[in-house]
This record gives sequence, structure tokens and C-alpha cells, in this order.
Amino acid sequence: MTDPNIPVTEDELHAYVDNELPAERRGDVEAWLTAHPDDAARVRSWRTMAEALRARYDSVADEAVPRRLEIEQLVQQPRKWVYGAIAAALAAFIVGGGVGWLARGASAAPSAIQSFTTEALDAHRLYVVEVRHPVEVPGSERAHLQKWLSKRCGWVVRAPELTAVGLKLVGGRLLPGPAGPASFMMYESASGERITIYTAKSDAEATQMRYQEQGKENSLFWADDGVAYAVVSSGIDRERLTPIAQAVYDQLEKSGG
Amino acid sequence: MTAFRQSVEAMIPALRRYARALARDADIADDLVQDTLVRALRSERLFLGGDVRSWLYTILTNLNKNRRRSLARRPQFMPLLDNNPDASGTEAEGRDIARALSTLVEEQRSVLLLVMLEGLSYREVADIQGVPIGTVMSRLARARAHVKASLEGERAALRRVK
Repeated sequence: MTDPNIPVTEDELHAYVDNELPAERRGDVEAWLTAHPDDAARVRSWRTMAEALRARYDSVADEAVPRRLEIEQLVQQPRKWVYGAIAAALAAFIVGGGVGWLARGASAAPSAIQSFTTEALDAHRLYVVEVRHPVEVPGSERAHLQKWLSKRCGWVVRAPELTAVGLKLVGGRLLPGPAGPASFMMYESASGERITIYTAKSDAEATQMRYQEQGKENSLFWADDGVAYAVVSSGIDRERLTPIAQAVYDQLEKSGG
Repeated sequence: MTAFRQSVEAMIPALRRYARALARDADIADDLVQDTLVRALRSERLFLGGDVRSWLYTILTNLNKNRRRSLARRPQFMPLLDNNPDASGTEAEGRDIARALSTLVEEQRSVLLLVMLEGLSYREVADIQGVPIGTVMSRLARARAHVKASLEGERAALRRVK
């Protein structure tokens, strides 16, 4: 044991708390702290500080790692994706140009769900052919997109993870809906097919999932707790669209959105 | 997956924690982690053994320094601490500590977090910051004193309001 009468320095107090102090000096510091309540209080406050830090930030390490941070995602070449998307959007434009307007309803007083699906289809047709600016916030900023849309829309907006059904998030944007703001998200398959998810406040009754074909577009829609959802595609048949909508539905249910 | 990639992957949760405390904004923090990982994976062939953990913390710390340097040329915004969605049970305490952190200068915040949150040794932090151990210790001492004063000042202010 070293001489307990050697005064303990500030550095040693820190080293003591951080387990950096040589073992033979620990006893001296402990004796010092008993005799010096001011220093003992400071050491305690540093320990409390460490606990507060861990209480605040340890949960971050327990969160599921976002997809954009997965190693597999990061080692992929991002370039291929962009060219595929451009080619696919051009094809969609050539094949589908102008067909959409046929579907506009002639009904004088549309029901809540009708006006909702009309908006959803219009948004889909308008943006699905867009090559350079299909979305305002790209899918690479998923967390920001969700936060921003949730804030603007007033309900929890989630961009569901649809890689299991072969779709990647292109991104999303904010749109005017039938009654206030609406969230709009676009997904794309490896071969460039695009589906969109449109969400808005709606007076529509809570419904089971319904299917609708209108011109070239087909959609599945439902309403839940005052918020209506539509999953819209151009030319993806019902058998393929149903599991996609189901995946969207399941994930929104789980997140309580 | 290579052993190198596995050891990088194993560090992602800790890097996210460090980045969140360092940048105090969830999106910016994950951007930092993403840039760190991209840079690390790109340098896989350049990595000649050694401590992957320290190396990743070094990249992230430097990226954050660069980010703040470029921010310094633009108008400053206050971080949105109060509506942070991941505030949990001890919410008020978490807000206090986050606010106290935000008043530290960059090098001190980084030292404080690497030692107190990530449990790195003084030696490792000295290597990460590229400074002598003595500098790490004085930064840590100043950071602790500052955070302590900031937390106590806040409580005193609260008491006055009540």
C-alpha cells in the first residue's frame, strides 16, 4: 500500500470512477473519500451521471437496426437500382399514358370511401409515371419520412417494410387529401413495377379490405379508426396485390398506426 | 459473410447509441452510422487487423467533427430534444442529461460519451482523438464539471419556477 497521506488528485478521482486507477491505490482513494465528503459527493454525482446517460441512451442499442444500416444493404451497388427505375418508369409512361382519366367518377355525391379512393387513384396515376421526382423524401430517409408525415398528418404514418414481397421503398410525399393532409408512399419491385400506398383521414366506416378495379389500376383499400388506406397498382393482378396489401395491413396493425 | 464484416455488424447497436448521444438527433445519428459503415466496408482490404471497435468509433467521431465543421458555416438550429420519440420511462432525467450534453464542446462530449457510455479506456480514447492521455483526462474532468453544473443549475431553476 502506498502512503495514504499523499493527497489524492483530481485525476485520480476520475481514474478511480473509471476503473483506470492502479489497484494498489484504490484503498487510499477510498480512505480519502471517507475523510473528504466534498470529493465523495462529486464522485457520487459522476456515478449518477453515468447512470443517467445509460438510462437515456442504452435503449438505442436495443432497437432493431434499421434496414438502411444492414451490412447486406450497404455492400450492394446502389447504381443499378436507379437505371432500372428510370427504364421502368419510361415503360409505364408509354403503356399507360392517358388511360387514367376515364376512371374519374361521374357520381354527383360520392361517398366518403369513393372520394378517398378517387384521390388515391389520382395520386397514383400522377406520380407513378414520374421519372425524376416521384417522391419528395427518398426511401433512404425512411425514419425522417415517417416522422415528418406523422407530424404533418396527425396520425402515426409508417412506411412498411415490403422486401419480403419483393418491393423496395422509393420514398414518399405529403398530399392534400379529401379531408386534410394525406400521406403517399411509393414502392418498386426489382423489375420496376410500382405500387403506392395512400393514407388519409376519412369518415368511412371501418371496413374489411375491399378490392376495386378501375381502368388499368387496381387497388385494395380499407379504413380503420378514422384513417383510410389504399394500396394501388397498375397491372399487378389481384392474386399478387393481396399479399402485398396484407403485409401493409399487418405491419400497420402491429405498430398501432 | 467475412469475419471482418461480422465484427463490423456486431458493433452497429453500440455505434447507434454513441451517435445518438453525440448528435442528439435520431436521423442525423443514423446518417453518421451509415457513413461510418460505408467507409469501413470500403476500407475492408485496407484494414490490417487491430481493434475494429476503436477504429469504427474513430471514423464516426471524425465524421461528426466534419459534419459540425460544415454546419458551423450555416445558421445554427437548436436540436429538438423535447419531442424525441425514444425518450422512455425516466423521461425528464433523459431530457436533462441530453440538454446538458448539448452544452458541451465537441471534444468534451465525445470523451465523456466514449468513457462513460461506451466504456472505453483512456488509452483508447486518446488514440481515437489523436491526443495524449493527459488531454483526454483534462477534457473528461471539464466535461464532468460542466454537465454537473448544468444539471444542478437546471434543477435550481425548476425549483425557482415552482
